Amino acid sequence: MNVTQILFWFLSVLALFGALMVVTSKNPVHSVLWLIATFFSISGHYILLNAQFLAIVNIIVYAGAIMVLFLFVIMLMNLNKTTEPKKNRWLKLAGGVAGGCLLLVFIAALKSSEITQQTAEVKTGDIGLIKNLGRELFSTYVVPFEISSILFLSAMVGAVVIGKKE
Amino acid sequence: MWSFSHIANEMHEGLSATFNPTMTLIIEMVIAGVAVIGLFAGLGLVLVIMERKVSAWMQIRLGPNRVGPKGMLQSLADTLKLIVKEGLTPNGADKFLFNLAPFIAMIVAMLLMAPIAFARDFQLWDLNIGVLYVSAVSSIMVISILMAGWASNNKYSLMGAMRSGAQIVSYELSAGLSILAIVVLTGSLSLSDIIHSQADGWWIFKGHIPVLIAFVTFIIAVTAETNRAPFDLAEAESELTAGFHTEYSGMKFALFFLAEYVNVFIVCAIGATLFLGGWMPFHIGNWQGFNHVMDYIPSSLWFFGKTFFLIFVIMWFRWTFPRLRIDQLLNLEWKYLLPISMFNLLLVTLMAIMGWHF
Repeated sequence: MNVTQILFWFLSVLALFGALMVVTSKNPVHSVLWLIATFFSISGHYILLNAQFLAIVNIIVYAGAIMVLFLFVIMLMNLNKTTEPKKNRWLKLAGGVAGGCLLLVFIAALKSSEITQQTAEVKTGDIGLIKNLGRELFSTYVVPFEISSILFLSAMVGAVVIGKKE
Repeated sequence: MWSFSHIANEMHEGLSATFNPTMTLIIEMVIAGVAVIGLFAGLGLVLVIMERKVSAWMQIRLGPNRVGPKGMLQSLADTLKLIVKEGLTPNGADKFLFNLAPFIAMIVAMLLMAPIAFARDFQLWDLNIGVLYVSAVSSIMVISILMAGWASNNKYSLMGAMRSGAQIVSYELSAGLSILAIVVLTGSLSLSDIIHSQADGWWIFKGHIPVLIAFVTFIIAVTAETNRAPFDLAEAESELTAGFHTEYSGMKFALFFLAEYVNVFIVCAIGATLFLGGWMPFHIGNWQGFNHVMDYIPSSLWFFGKTFFLIFVIMWFRWTFPRLRIDQLLNLEWKYLLPISMFNLLLVTLMAIMGWHF
């Protein structure tokens, strides 16, 4: 086992453990902090794949901005054990069954796909570097890219309009 | 020549001769880590005494003058006091998060040291997205503040954390946009490329008024991001006792205090690198003699000189301007700085495309 593999297993275990803790933590603030840890380990995976730009953007957007807003809202609402609503036992069972079905569908879909035969390009692929990514975005995928930026613009305008309404 | 890169190369060759490559790498990492921690401790001591002396000078006082020559050992004595003081944890606090928060603040500050070029060819990690790395890692800082404020189980702490969260998230935007202005002009995100592009003149001189505007925006935004007066609402003493670190004492408080000063150093180092040419000496066009004289000053002196000048400017702000209200603070960002820096970015892009800079 070389260093890359050790890192891969470490990051994978960390990501899965963090994701489990997000779901099982009693305290919502702890859940958000575990989610941040999960995002960090996913960024570590991006770095292993030599996609440094994606790793950094993942940290800026998710761990830095969105999670901070999550923390903000949860702290402001002051959620804790006493305010947590009691859930029906049948609802929990239904949730478990639905989640299990989704997992089954994922496994069935991925089992026959080509992805299992291909191994990831570790440390050699250069599509994740900012130069190549930018070229791809502004040549091959220019239309979806511009459409998504218009979507963001309209969301911003909408936020301003809602904020203006007294 | 006794330059930093020369010493580093000598060390690398010496270690490579005795150990195998893996061992060399490990030893070099340990040396780098110890050096960063040493730099941290040194910076903490120097910046605290500098702040107190600068504030005394601004207010026509003497400042600390009892411990050591002209009071220069005062911060050493303060450190000793903080080390022996008991670090209390309140009963109602979330113990784990309460104790974790100061360490996250320190780790973030240490990670930010990685891409900074301290002297010619002397950089821990020259990664190709250095500028983005800096803004990404510095955005983690707010998590430690929110964590500390929430885990303290104290309403002053929580309010301080909330304020600082709102402040840091909003001021990050204009800091990022003003950094982008330089990235557009250079065409590279790597800090060493940015420094090398300033060999014939620093961007603040080459880039005319748009870069000057970007520089001013950057300084205002980073002052807000490091929670310093006039933007120190997170710890507004007169309203919130001490904001997010009200409940901290002893070494845990010292770590927050140290992280704040190290962050000031780091943002000033980034500002010096982007706008004032990092370790590049000051050159004027074709004045060969003048340029040669400037080249004789070591590159590390240039870097630290510029950085400490910016630190002095930020300290100057602190003792000159009164504290803003929270609504004034958010208005300043969203209604003035952000539109100005967006328009400024367009101007800079136009300038870069038409080649209007030197």
